[in-house]
Amino acid sequence: MSTGPGLESLVNQTISIITNDGRIIVGTLRGFDQATNIILDESHERVYSTREGVQQLALGLYIIRGDNMYVWLLRSVVGELDEELDLVNDLSKIKAHPLKPVIH
Amino acid sequence: MLFFSYFKELVGKEVTVELKNDLAIRGTLHSVDQYLNIKLENIKVVDDDKYPHMLSVRNCFIRGSVVRYVELPPDGVDVDILHDATRREARGS
Repeated sequence: MSTGPGLESLVNQTISIITNDGRIIVGTLRGFDQATNIILDESHERVYSTREGVQQLALGLYIIRGDNMYVWLLRSVVGELDEELDLVNDLSKIKAHPLKPVIH
Repeated sequence: MLFFSYFKELVGKEVTVELKNDLAIRGTLHSVDQYLNIKLENIKVVDDDKYPHMLSVRNCFIRGSVVRYVELPPDGVDVDILHDATRREARGS
């Protein structure tokens, strides 16, 4: 993969990103480059807490710098819509600690 | 380049990747690149009660720089071959 991360197949798909500081951002991948900088459209952040259910904060069009992201969660193509619905329905009931930031 | 070649041999095997934020993800190794970025398929988060953040996710791409460990199947490792390759690499550089 010396041409960069193999992300061509993901353009225009819904993906979630976990960032360096432990945030989860969901959006549609519009573009990327060799350094894994990405363009994320219709993005929102999912905030997990142990006290309340998951909150969603709308963000809009984002460019995220590659060295700030560390995991990309790729939604499966098959049954993508169903899974999305399930997750949305249960989000208010999910309580969890926020993810820890990355420590190098 | 040694570990890049080594991981290419392990494509298709099940591995557990532990990240620097303590999250551990088990899955089938789909691909690896020169930066040791890892793509896993059919993932399951270890300790998923604590980490429900990835519930509806099947596949993921993990940036090489955030990996702490990659746990391998014991029979997936030929230690002697790895030793030889490491010695060769050390001599070469």
